[in-house]
Amino acid sequence: MAEVTVRKLNKMFDTTHVVKDVDLEIRDKEFVVFVGPSGCGKTTTLRMIAGLEAVTSGEILIDDTVVNEVPPMDRDIAMVFQNYALYPHMSVAGNMAFGLKMRKFAKDEIDKRIKRAAGILGIDELLHRKPRQLSGGQRQRVALGRAIVRDPKVFLFDEPLSNLDAKLRVQMRVELKKLHERLAVTSIYVTHDQVEAMTLGDRVVVMKDGWVQQVGEPLELYNTPANRFVAGFIGSPAMNFADVNVVDRGGTMWIENPGMNVRVPDHLQARMKPHAGKPATLGVRPEDLHIATDADPADLTFTGEIEVLEQLGSEILLDMRAGNSSVVASVEPTLRARVHDKIKLGMNPARMHFFDAATEAAI
Amino acid sequence: MAVTALGAGTARRPVVRLRKMEDERWLALALLAPTAILLGLFIAYPFAEGVMLSLSSARVGDPGKFVGLKNFFKLADDNIFWTSVWNTFWYTGVTTVFKLALGLWLAMLLNRHFRGKAIVRAFVLLPFIIPTVLSTFAWKWMFDPTFSVINWTLFKVGLISARINWLGDADLAMASIMVVNIWRGVPFFAISLLAGLQTISPELNEAAAIDGARPWNRFWYVTWPLLLPVTMVVMLFSVIQTFADFQLVYVMTGGGPANATHLFATYAYQIGIVSGLLSEGAAVSLAMFPFLFVIVVVQLLYIRRVETR
Repeated sequence: MAEVTVRKLNKMFDTTHVVKDVDLEIRDKEFVVFVGPSGCGKTTTLRMIAGLEAVTSGEILIDDTVVNEVPPMDRDIAMVFQNYALYPHMSVAGNMAFGLKMRKFAKDEIDKRIKRAAGILGIDELLHRKPRQLSGGQRQRVALGRAIVRDPKVFLFDEPLSNLDAKLRVQMRVELKKLHERLAVTSIYVTHDQVEAMTLGDRVVVMKDGWVQQVGEPLELYNTPANRFVAGFIGSPAMNFADVNVVDRGGTMWIENPGMNVRVPDHLQARMKPHAGKPATLGVRPEDLHIATDADPADLTFTGEIEVLEQLGSEILLDMRAGNSSVVASVEPTLRARVHDKIKLGMNPARMHFFDAATEAAI
Repeated sequence: MAVTALGAGTARRPVVRLRKMEDERWLALALLAPTAILLGLFIAYPFAEGVMLSLSSARVGDPGKFVGLKNFFKLADDNIFWTSVWNTFWYTGVTTVFKLALGLWLAMLLNRHFRGKAIVRAFVLLPFIIPTVLSTFAWKWMFDPTFSVINWTLFKVGLISARINWLGDADLAMASIMVVNIWRGVPFFAISLLAGLQTISPELNEAAAIDGARPWNRFWYVTWPLLLPVTMVVMLFSVIQTFADFQLVYVMTGGGPANATHLFATYAYQIGIVSGLLSEGAAVSLAMFPFLFVIVVVQLLYIRRVETR
C-alpha cells in the first residue's frame, strides 16, 4: 500500500515544456484520474511516475522515498499500457508470469497467483493462448492480469480502454471500478475521456498545457469548476458559455448581452461587484436549462430559436441560437417542438457560473 | 442483371483464344510462363549444363566425353579440395558469428535516439555500398607487410618490432580475409536487424522494465525472441553469400599462400579456368551444392518453426 507524492514536477523535451510545476498528493488506496486533452502532459506525468521518463526538475515520492533516480523495476509499480504491450511470443500465462519470474518467485507461488488473477478476470480458459489469438477485450484483461499478479504498491493505467469499442469500454470501466474496490491498491489512471474520469476517479486531476487546472472529487469539478476550461471540459454535453457585460444597476448586479438581460443570483452578488463594468463569461450547463413557465422570474429567462433537435430518448438536446450565442439545452423528452420554433428557456439561478473574461478563473 | 448481361454477350461471342483464358488453369499457366522461362533459361539450364560438365572430361579446347563420377572421385583424394571445404566452413562460421554479434550491437545502438542518427546510419552502410573489389584492394594494401598502415601503427605504438606478413602466413591470411568479410558484412546485418528492431514496439521494453527485467533480461526474453525471425532470414542470406564468396579471397590472396585460403569458389575457378580443367572445376563448384543445400534446408525449417510459434 502506498502514497504517491509529486512536488513541483517539470518535464522538458528539448525546448518544449510539457509538464509544469505539478504538485499532487495521492493517498493510500486512492483512485486518481488524470484527464485532459491530448498534449496536456498527463501521460508524461504518468510515465515519470513509472520511471519511463526522466524528471527534468521536481520530486516524485512513493511512500516517503524519493524515486527520481530509481529505475522502473525497483519502484514496485505495475502499468497497463494503451496498446496492452503484451509479449506476443509468450502465452497468456507466460505474460502474467514474466514479472514474477524476473523477481524470482517460486514456481508454485507463480502458478497460484496466475490462477487467482485469472479467476478474478475470468480468463482461466485463455491461459495457453497467444495474445494474437485474443480479442481486444481479452487482451485488456490479460494486461490487467499481468499487473494484478505482481501485487504492486501502485497501479498505473495509460488510457487502457481507448482501443476498445464503446460498449466494451463501458463494461470494462465498471469492471475496473469493481477491481479497485476489491484490490484496494493506489491507482493512477490517465484518460482523455471525461466520463471515464468522472466515473472511475475518487479524485480527478484536470490538466491542460502542462498545468494542473484543478484537483477534486468528480462532483466538486462538476459543481464548482475552478475555471472556464474545467467547466467546459467536465460534463457532457458541454457547458454553454456566453460573453456578457456585468453592469451595476443601483447596487444590484446584472449581466447583459444582445440576447439576454439577467439579474445575478443573490449568492453571487457580492462576488460580482468588483467586476462591474467589465466583460465576463456566463456558464450554464445544458441540464440546468429548462422550458420556462410562468413561475420563472422574467429576469432569469431568455428566448432562443431551435436549430437542431437531438432525440436521445431519455432527454432531448436542443441546439439553439439566442442572440449571438449558441446554446444547448437538455429538456424533458415529452417536449413536442420542431426546428425553427422559438422557445423561452429558464435558468436555474443556483447553478449559474461566472468566469473572469481575462483570466478565465471562476468568479 | 447479371443474367441479362451474359445473355446479351452471347450475341457476339468473344474470340475462342480469349475464352480459353477464362479457364483458370490456362490463365495460371500463362501468368507463370514468363517466370518459368526465365528461371529455366538462366538457372535450370546452366545448372544442368554444369552437372553434365562435371560428369565429362572436358578441358579447354577439348569437349571431352562422359566419364561418370570420375571427377568427384578424384576430388575425394585431393588434399587442397578438402582444405578448401574446411576453409569454407570455417570462414563462413566464424564470420557469421562476428557479423551477427557486431551487426546486432550496431543495430541496437542505431535504434536509440541521438543527434546525427540519419548520417551515422548512412555511413554504416558504406562498406556494403563500395564495390567489393575496390574496398578489398584497399584492405590488401593495408595488410601489406612493408608499406601498410596496420604494421606501421603497430610498430609506432610499440606492439611489434618485426613486420608481420599478414597475407604470407596461412593462419594470418585466413584471419585477414575474415576481418575484411566481417567489415563488409556487418552493415547488412546492422541495417536489416535495425529494421527488425524498429518493428518491435518500445512499449514492450517498457512493460518488461516495469515487470522487473534488467536490461540484459529485456534483451534476452523480449527483444531477441521477437527479432529471431528477422535474424534467421538475415543469417540465411549471409551464409549463402559467404559460403559462395569469391572476389574477396581472389583479390586478397588468390587462394594462397600455398593454397591455404582457397574456398569452394576460388578453388573451382583455379582448377576450371586458370588450369583449364573445365570438368574438374565444375565438379568442385557442384560439390558445394549438397553442403549448401543442407544448410539452407535446416535454416528454412528453423525459420518456419520460429515464425509459427
